[in-house]
Amino acid sequence: MDRASIDETIRNLIEPFNKKGVAITDAVTFANDLEFDSLTVMDFVAAIEDEFDIIISMNQQAEIENFGQLIDAVLKIQSA
Amino acid sequence: MNEVTSAETGDLFSKFDDLINTRETLLSSGIEDPYNLVMEKVLSPTRAVCNGRDTILLGTYNYMGMTFDPDVIEAGKDALDKFGSGTTGSRVLNGTYQGHKDCEDALIEFYGMDHAMVFATGYQANLGIISTIAGKGDYVVLDIDSHASIWDGCAMGNAEIVPFKHNDVEAMEKRLKRIPEGAKTLVVLEGVYSMLGDVAPLKEMVRIAKEHGAMVLVDEAHSMGFIGENGRGVCEEQGVMDDCDFIIGTFSKSVGTVGGFCVSNHPKFEIMRLVCRPYVFTASLPPSVVATAATSIRKLQHGSNKRAHLWENSKRLHSGLLDLGFSLGTETPQSAIVAVIMPDLTQGAMMWEALLKEGLYVNLARPPATPANMTLLRCSLCAEHSAEEVETILGMFERAGKKIGII
Repeated sequence: MDRASIDETIRNLIEPFNKKGVAITDAVTFANDLEFDSLTVMDFVAAIEDEFDIIISMNQQAEIENFGQLIDAVLKIQSA
Repeated sequence: MNEVTSAETGDLFSKFDDLINTRETLLSSGIEDPYNLVMEKVLSPTRAVCNGRDTILLGTYNYMGMTFDPDVIEAGKDALDKFGSGTTGSRVLNGTYQGHKDCEDALIEFYGMDHAMVFATGYQANLGIISTIAGKGDYVVLDIDSHASIWDGCAMGNAEIVPFKHNDVEAMEKRLKRIPEGAKTLVVLEGVYSMLGDVAPLKEMVRIAKEHGAMVLVDEAHSMGFIGENGRGVCEEQGVMDDCDFIIGTFSKSVGTVGGFCVSNHPKFEIMRLVCRPYVFTASLPPSVVATAATSIRKLQHGSNKRAHLWENSKRLHSGLLDLGFSLGTETPQSAIVAVIMPDLTQGAMMWEALLKEGLYVNLARPPATPANMTLLRCSLCAEHSAEEVETILGMFERAGKKIGII
């Protein structure tokens, strides 16, 4: 899957978690802009992992702060 | 002016400001500090004088009431006389006395396993074993509600950390399936989860972990001495002892003293004594502590009557609290922990204080220690609570709950 389709898929997955209806750009951060708490992060990560059949370990999650980094990480993990 | 600014921005403590403010707001309402309780006298496993009041203890994890067992006390005094107050050394240098070996022998007998290793605390047992065996390139798959010592063990090692939703067999299996071929995996589970007192579906989880070639570590801190026919824990009760590679436990709950351990049948297990840093680089437990632990462990093997009474107590408290209208962490009683869910931290702290004034001590548990940001009044029963005491406790909950307006 290319970056654009991963972007589109994750944009759909994030919807139920985006309670405040924040406009999603690459620079949107999960902790500050979207105000995800640890439980939301777990559920959101699980949704992505199930969709792409991948693991995003906590170590990898620690490097991901914004939406753009997430798309890049999924692209990288998926093609590994 | 510049100095003030640089002092403020340079203060490493500024990250604690939110917590400091939360505490100050809570305490400014005049409430007793739930995290600063002093027990002036301890009268028995179930009674103490707390902040000047005679108090029933319902939050000590002293499940089997061994802290005042006469044989345990005598063993401790005897060891103090014969071996002194402390070892002043690491287990691998001058800190292994006969008592440490005897304590490990008691664990080997208790669990029917080949090897036992005693640590200074249960926290260090998890920290040491997990961080040492799961290294770079390995995977640790663990429940999201795991104890802090498990998370800290993960953080101290270099393995890839993969959490799954609490007690969710399917979520665990999905993650195991996705681990790259050839990578080695440790699955970390707990028998009883301490916050809600719920039991893990170990039978299925251990089977699935083994099918995927993973090694399995189970923390039985809250089930040792109580759950299972011989008190070996949830692994024993669900028939998966033989498939567990490592069982971690503590002496600070049912055993009634302090210390931690790991038991295992792994043929190379003894090498851990040389490579596990939280075991090597700290002084060993005092002789009196290992003597009390060994005596207590041997008595726990024959504690089936006490186990039966503790079950009765747990069931009665659970059903009584439900009948009073409290909401609890589990629908059915699963362990000796009964967690009462509070609407929020403020009401939780008020309820905690009202109970203390009634003469009852429970644990006030709050985020981040709790799952789903809950505030809990966590009750842990003791085999030494009498049936009458449990009724007294229910009366205290009823009065306090009505006073605060929770029920």
